[in-house]
Amino acid sequence: MLWYWKHVGSRRIIEFVLLTVFAVFFAGPLLNLLVLAFSERWNYPNALPQQWGMKWWDFVLAKDDIVSSISLSFLIATLVTLLSIVICIPAAYAFARLQFPLKRMFLFSFLLTHAFPKMGLYVSIAVLFYQIGLMNTLLGVVLIHMINVLMFMTWIPTSAFRSIHRAQEESARDVGASPFKVFRSITLPMAMPGITVASIFTFLNSLDEAQGTFLVGIPDFKTMPIVMYSIISDFPSSAGAVFSIILTLPTIILLVAAQRLVSADVLASGFQVK
Amino acid sequence: MQLSVRKLSKRYKTGDGVSGINIDIEKGELVTLLGPSGCGKTTVLRSIGGFLEPDSGDILIEGKSVIQLPPEKRPTSMVFQSYNLWSHMSVYDNLAFGLKIRKKPKAEIRAAVDDVLKLVRLSGFEKKYPAELSGGQQQRVALARSLLLNPAVLLLDEPFSALDAKLRHEMREELREIQMKTGLTMVFVTHDQEEALSLSDRIIVMNHGHIEQIAEPHKIYDEPASLYVASFIGKMNFLEGVAEEEGIRIGGLRLPNERKERGPVTAAVRPEDVQIDSMAAGEDRKDKEDRLTGRIKQVMILGHYAEVTVELNGFGIIRAFQSKEAVQQLHAGQEVGVSMTKWTVFPNNQTN
Repeated sequence: MLWYWKHVGSRRIIEFVLLTVFAVFFAGPLLNLLVLAFSERWNYPNALPQQWGMKWWDFVLAKDDIVSSISLSFLIATLVTLLSIVICIPAAYAFARLQFPLKRMFLFSFLLTHAFPKMGLYVSIAVLFYQIGLMNTLLGVVLIHMINVLMFMTWIPTSAFRSIHRAQEESARDVGASPFKVFRSITLPMAMPGITVASIFTFLNSLDEAQGTFLVGIPDFKTMPIVMYSIISDFPSSAGAVFSIILTLPTIILLVAAQRLVSADVLASGFQVK
Repeated sequence: MQLSVRKLSKRYKTGDGVSGINIDIEKGELVTLLGPSGCGKTTVLRSIGGFLEPDSGDILIEGKSVIQLPPEKRPTSMVFQSYNLWSHMSVYDNLAFGLKIRKKPKAEIRAAVDDVLKLVRLSGFEKKYPAELSGGQQQRVALARSLLLNPAVLLLDEPFSALDAKLRHEMREELREIQMKTGLTMVFVTHDQEEALSLSDRIIVMNHGHIEQIAEPHKIYDEPASLYVASFIGKMNFLEGVAEEEGIRIGGLRLPNERKERGPVTAAVRPEDVQIDSMAAGEDRKDKEDRLTGRIKQVMILGHYAEVTVELNGFGIIRAFQSKEAVQQLHAGQEVGVSMTKWTVFPNNQTN
């Protein structure tokens, strides 16, 4: 056995052990969730369910408020993503390109939304929403979701815009493109990987948001996470598992899509005169 | 006149800038703006390209003022030091971008791109992306993109300075060749005097925001207009002296006072114009009217020539380029006589 250890080398072994720990740590709960979702009876001492089946899938998908919560969540996530693109991308461009007083302060201030306990922030926003009648409205829910993503939606595209060199924009002007054409054909496409990653993050963050929605959106705006809370507390854990998988699915699809863009980003960063 | 810059001034908040810049460039000329960093050469170039708004002055291209026009409306094209290309576009799209904006038919664009790629010797690279090209190839594509638009004036902002020495040399020759073929008017900015001397029809030497001299390369080298130009271009020895009615005195050495200078002066002498003579035993070791004396510090053989460093008696150090044969009898510590075949005299109070 010893010759084997020597041959492989301690470094390799440590890497292997670490990888295994990580794999178990990340994949373990997911695997458990998957098994749980397809089990109908699973008692403690058994390693696997005594009875497999789709019962809880039928149950979850048959519930009306679950199906409507899925479409509501996607609607809200789409709205949040679009709105924050419209607001944050021009802001990010300004942060990256323009000089104005207290610029660093402004950029840093986005961190404030993450500096306080979320619930405290939401409660004070809820008080404000009461006064202007935004409680239990779609706009109110969308706004509270946007507060969460403001920081990333501005910071990531800002650094994406910053990584575009002046000379690249100027040479486009030079060959005859108007400032608007330069932004549309050069700046925006080159910043696209960063913007897309930020948008995907925003979308997923909104799908997952529960605290703020619970405070502002109840009773009419029950999104997936909110419905899930009630399912987890009211039904066996298999129902929660099924619902978790439904919630995870869009995340996985978007992350796979994002991976391709990240490799495009790597390609872009390899572009430099040596 | 293809390009005229008239009384151009621009001052930055830092205090740097340029003032009173006047330049005239003929059609088909390659003119270099040469100077150290911060001398204002890039400011002049960017003003011509429209990327910088000067405080005052005018810029005329083919007789028409362009000072009010944004860069996209000017008949100029610029090659930047680096990051010229758009990394999300293929070489073909990079090149075609300007022509597409001009709404040229597709077949015409295709043909023009093919032609220009042949000119910069990158045929077959259409589908490559900038990240797949070497630094030299990227700069050639950038050059090609500017050539495609057939600009009235082509501006080059230290385009080869990010490349290694050998490649820089090749690119220089290639640019010169392309310039001959196309007959384009070019303004080239560099801080590399060798690049300027080898490439240009004329050189504009700049310092601290003003022009020191505009002349052909050989003239800049042989007849520098100021002490600054003399010290910036090539290697130069400086000897402090006093100008009097009957001549310029540098210790015992006397030079003719052709320009009727008065007071303290500096004589600039190229190392190749310095003559070193070994002295016979018992010869008078004093300065004479036609020579200074000193002791050799070092003899360095540098291939086909040698550099001899002499510590002059009371006048610091002078360097001389000698042929290999001439230095065979010379060695460190030897007492020698130093004479000069050619020099330029500058008054010391010249404001620089």
